[in-house]
Amino acid sequence: MPHRVNAMICTCTNCISNGSLQIKEALEREIRNHGLEDDVLVVPTGAAGLCVRGPILIVQPDGIFYQRLKSEDIPHLVEEHFLKGRPVESLMYVPPGEEAPIPELRAIPFFKDQRLIALRNRGMIDPDKIDEYIARDGYRALAKVLTSMSSDEVLEQIKASGLRGRGGAGFSTGRKWESRKRMEGEPKYIICNADEGDPGAFMDRSIIEADPHSVLEGMAIGAYTIGASQGFVYVRAEYPLAITRMTTAIEQAREYGLLGKDIFGQGFDFDVRIFKGAGAFVCGETTALVASIEGRPPEPRQRPPRTALWGKPTVINNVETWANVPPIISWGAKWFSGIGTDRSKGTKVFSLAGNINNAGLVEVPMGITLREIVYDIGGGIPFGKELKAVQTGGPSGGFIPASLLDLPIDYERLHEAGAMMGSGGMVVIDEDTCIVDVAKYFLKFTNDESCGNCTACREGSEALYRILDGISKGEGKEGDIALLEELGEAVQEASLCGLGQSLPNPVLSTLRHFRDEYDAHIKDKRCPAGVCKPLFQYRIDEDKCNGCGACMKNCFHQAIEGEKKLAHRIIVEECTKCGACYDACQFDAVMKVSNSRREALAKV
Amino acid sequence: MAKIALGDLDNIAEKIKRTMLVREGSGRTKVIVHMGTCGIAAGARPVMNALMEEIESRDVTDVILTISSCAGLCSREPMITVEREGEPAVKYVDMNPEKAIRVFVEHVLGGNIVTEYALAAGSERTL
Repeated sequence: MPHRVNAMICTCTNCISNGSLQIKEALEREIRNHGLEDDVLVVPTGAAGLCVRGPILIVQPDGIFYQRLKSEDIPHLVEEHFLKGRPVESLMYVPPGEEAPIPELRAIPFFKDQRLIALRNRGMIDPDKIDEYIARDGYRALAKVLTSMSSDEVLEQIKASGLRGRGGAGFSTGRKWESRKRMEGEPKYIICNADEGDPGAFMDRSIIEADPHSVLEGMAIGAYTIGASQGFVYVRAEYPLAITRMTTAIEQAREYGLLGKDIFGQGFDFDVRIFKGAGAFVCGETTALVASIEGRPPEPRQRPPRTALWGKPTVINNVETWANVPPIISWGAKWFSGIGTDRSKGTKVFSLAGNINNAGLVEVPMGITLREIVYDIGGGIPFGKELKAVQTGGPSGGFIPASLLDLPIDYERLHEAGAMMGSGGMVVIDEDTCIVDVAKYFLKFTNDESCGNCTACREGSEALYRILDGISKGEGKEGDIALLEELGEAVQEASLCGLGQSLPNPVLSTLRHFRDEYDAHIKDKRCPAGVCKPLFQYRIDEDKCNGCGACMKNCFHQAIEGEKKLAHRIIVEECTKCGACYDACQFDAVMKVSNSRREALAKV
Repeated sequence: MAKIALGDLDNIAEKIKRTMLVREGSGRTKVIVHMGTCGIAAGARPVMNALMEEIESRDVTDVILTISSCAGLCSREPMITVEREGEPAVKYVDMNPEKAIRVFVEHVLGGNIVTEYALAAGSERTL
């Protein structure tokens, strides 16, 4: 007899690190204690999406959404909701700035504006159960191509759908498949690129953790199309849960004969192996990835010739691209190409991170505006702050200023704005973030991750970083901006692979949109956001200070003096600018004062 | 597990279809058993069991069975509420397994309200 309630507990990496496995245990224990084993089924799922609110529990069939659960909450929740049918309001989602909770998932703005294709099974299935994937129309697309479509017909569908690579560059998936299909050479290979490394990006990990079979099915369809019989999933070792779930999925698919010899008795052979990468960022670049599988140092190579594993025709697509393939086959290219914009079809998964209320994983149709993502789905900026920019495309991407908030998101528009789609990292930056500081952060990252092969990339990232570091310390000079631009363009031109070609982007796109902030650092020795420590001092406003002593109590360095109930003073020589006093003051008396002009920077 | 044939995809899907239906929450009709303390004391549990068995044995796939708390009329428990799509909800009072099965067959499946057990059609207004 089926259970009347399914308690879908999110067991993605985020929720597990917040204790969701303990919550799952507590649920099972309490359900047993109340004798509800036949009523309530506890189902572990992949990421539910609103990761910042984890651990998340979704109770079906009512669709009640519980968030930020703790083990202590569970006895009460089980007794009230599962035994007595009273959903527990105190554990539900309350939108930022409001008081009334929203009980149902589908009514929460974060969820209701999303459109799920790649994430179609998120929160619906146990990723370790192939039967549940099958029950959600899984492996039907593979059955369809094997029994009723020629490889040319499949190719036509993929081309007609307009699907483009979701890993970064946005190359036409159909055209990529076509060129490898026509290419001479046996055997051919299929690779799933799961070497996700952009800071703040976790789309690929979540897809594998939530729905590994969708990736395998897509790969099998790709293999049938180009005539490959061996596939690899290249996933970094830092993703242990994704590796475990993918391993289980491959084993189960083999047992069912959905991978292996003579699939569905149609004479088609295909199998998949997992290749664990050691976590070098450059391995996401396809020639480096292939070198890594072959056992060579992961250094990118000159293209053309096309990327080829052991010199054989090879299709490499990103996790999300593969997950899009089965629905295109099942529902048709026409359906898929009806979603999105002119040249960017379908949906895109973004991991929304940074200064945003609803940080998490979102899948939205192409063409949605940045404003809708940040404010409707993302719930806006915490503490009512102003949006400064949205960074897309990770360290290779760029910054889109708040003034372009109504920009529809697709490959072309993002490129025109000086950013890129990338794999889907989307970092929201508020007014308190210094643009120079963030650009410096990304340069530090790419400088660390440069493989060192090309001088332009290796030394260029170092030089760019040093100039930015100088600017943030108040050592910026006239001509630094011109040098950054010239150097950035040189690195773009003289680097072999995408890493070097795109690493100056964070600098160049911020120079384009936030030149005044650079000028403030260089000319006025002032950091408008109050982030670059060498450029400001903390001061206490004597008129506002009532001598409560909160700042003094919180100062670790005895750098504040003053009598009780009298105005306090910061001893500049002792101050490390940790900001503890600034955070502790309830009366806005602690200010950041610019070194150069001694002017107060706005306290927010 | 052994290798599966093409037709097995349907068989596997069919086997857990009802579980997936519960997760999708998209049943045509919702049957709510009121299981507050008063309802449980008055015998809501056997009513719930009877309905679960009925759904199972008749292989009904588009009905969602769920629970709710006390409906406010404790003296007439056990109670159930039937919500058919596009129709006002109907509350039934003084239920027992036999009566519940009759409601299930005649109203939930058949679309005819069992007036002799019904308290009223419609639910209270909420804000």
